[in-house]
Amino acid sequence: MNILVCIKQVPDMESRFKVAASGTWFEESDLAWRINEYDEFAVEQAVKLKEQLGDADLTVLSIGPARVKEALKKALAMGCERAVNIVDPAAAEKDSFQIASSIAAFAKDKSFDVIFTGMQSQDRGSGQVGVLVAELLGIPVLTTAVEFEYTDGSITVRRELEGGLRAAVKASTPALVTCQLGLNTPRYPTLPNIMKAKKKELLEIPIGELLKDEARLTTLALAYPEKKGSALVLEGEIGELVDKVIGILKEKTSVL
Amino acid sequence: MKALLVGEYREGKLLEPTYELVGFAQKLGCEFELFLVGTEAALPQVNAKLYLADVATVGEYNPALHKQLILDAVDKANADTVVFLHSSSGWDLAPRVALALGAAQLSEVVEIKGDGYLLPACNAKLRRTVKAATGKSVITLQAGAFMPAEQSGAPQVEKLTTSTPAQSEFLGYEQAEAGQVDLGKAEIIVSAGRGVGKPENVAMIQALAEALGGEYGASRPVVDAGWAPHDRQVGTTGQVVSPKLYVACGISGAIQHLAGMKKSEFILAINTDKDAPIGEVADVLVVADIKQFAPALTAKLAG
Ligand SMILES: Cc1cc2nc3c(=O)[nH]c(=O)nc-3n(C[C@H](O)[C@H](O)[C@H](O)COP(=O)(O)OP(=O)(O)OC[C@H]3O[C@@H](n4cnc5c(N)ncnc54)[C@H](O)[C@@H]3O)c2cc1C
Repeated sequence: MNILVCIKQVPDMESRFKVAASGTWFEESDLAWRINEYDEFAVEQAVKLKEQLGDADLTVLSIGPARVKEALKKALAMGCERAVNIVDPAAAEKDSFQIASSIAAFAKDKSFDVIFTGMQSQDRGSGQVGVLVAELLGIPVLTTAVEFEYTDGSITVRRELEGGLRAAVKASTPALVTCQLGLNTPRYPTLPNIMKAKKKELLEIPIGELLKDEARLTTLALAYPEKKGSALVLEGEIGELVDKVIGILKEKTSVL
Repeated sequence: MKALLVGEYREGKLLEPTYELVGFAQKLGCEFELFLVGTEAALPQVNAKLYLADVATVGEYNPALHKQLILDAVDKANADTVVFLHSSSGWDLAPRVALALGAAQLSEVVEIKGDGYLLPACNAKLRRTVKAATGKSVITLQAGAFMPAEQSGAPQVEKLTTSTPAQSEFLGYEQAEAGQVDLGKAEIIVSAGRGVGKPENVAMIQALAEALGGEYGASRPVVDAGWAPHDRQVGTTGQVVSPKLYVACGISGAIQHLAGMKKSEFILAINTDKDAPIGEVADVLVVADIKQFAPALTAKLAG
């Protein structure tokens, strides 16, 4: 079986973001980067499927500048066979459609049986790429998977719906699955696997070879949300903070 | 501008957020028609044209068929904008429709801004203003971002059918097991977020909840990691709560968590990050390490 998993590298969401000079994205220097949380579930599920089948080939792909190699290396250390970096220093300026059509252009003639992606990225949160890739390839897509099962050419997932409801859905391979929180617990790469990963193939393809489409979306501005909240912010030494909080709870609530 | 609004239906009922779509169209002041895969027995109360596909023949989750029917409705309505909710069905269908229409998709719109829209970025720490560069656009609306329209009137129904083949098979719904605790009734809730760091530290949050005479809750990553049971989860896919006091410990304030707790009477947040979006709904934000603050507060309350 031929498996593909697509990952994005995103900043740590606890970072202090600064709007870049362009005014349309954030300043990328001085940020800690990691694999998009949802994509880690995708990598784990892909590796699990490979382990289940024994005989399977697993490629991990990421679009972005040179730094995304770190994310790819982690995925290799988690168990992928080879990595592909579609090199694009300006990936952040591409819209979901351009990202998806580049991935689809790469995957088109490689007959992947199962493709995994995260359900969304943590920075953009558009939730479009996985679905678009599948549609462009003309294969079924099952989104928001919280359970995954593969038997004899068919995939069954539990999709997460609102309010604790789930839907069981089945499709035949080739198919694409987008992964949601709770699907699994991503493994930590072991030291021997990190060492092995260094020897694995890491292919680079310039974005220009794959991307032929114009953006369908224009970003006009990026800004901090208008402060609607009027939280009283308390900082200082723990003991003082505790006393202040007890005072406020006594004064403002009926619970103490 | 003319919009086609894609309503939602599940197990015999029209879903209430359908009226948020109408509220959005009214706020925008645009012409609109509706689309629904549902039944005549559960029609939206709106004075507008409604394209109705019968759920018994089309199925509740059958995206290839739903997509084709929506495209037919877009055609009939001569719509340039298709509006979905940003929901499990919306984010599944919207990109399919956008691709087929050659349209831009704007996901999780929270506000209308000039001739563009505002979308959250980076866990709601930032806001992006975007605009479609195409003639047609597909929009998904963040749950609760737009006021639902009043429920009045009756739609003029036009029925649609399709013979498109399915790509996937819907096997049925499963309800998550009912929990032991009903957080909805608790007057005081102290919730643990990923910021508590490790499973052992959830006990610290439990102890604080006890000292305050309340229940403990959790954000989703804490539950997914198995540090707390699912019936403790607060949020869109957990419980919706409105206690007198909600204490958010090491919780960033993602929209799906806020949706479950923002109606609390008084919100106290403890977070090492002064800019955490939880500050948008909190009454008090204590900038501190929860591992130091929680035990200190618990001890003081006890002593
Ligand atoms: C479809 C869907 C449904 C979802 N449903 C839900 C839901 O029902 N409920 C839910 O909660 N989430 C839900 N989520 C997930 C949601 O988007 C967030 O991922 C989640 O709420 C984040 O949880 P958190 O705040 O605990 O963790 P994080 O976002 O990781 O935040 C951790 C916070 O802790 C702070 N912190 C770190 N260390 C410390 C310390 N020592 N002391 C104090 N503070 C510290 C950090 O500054 C940060 O703000 C859903 C997501 C999707 C896509």
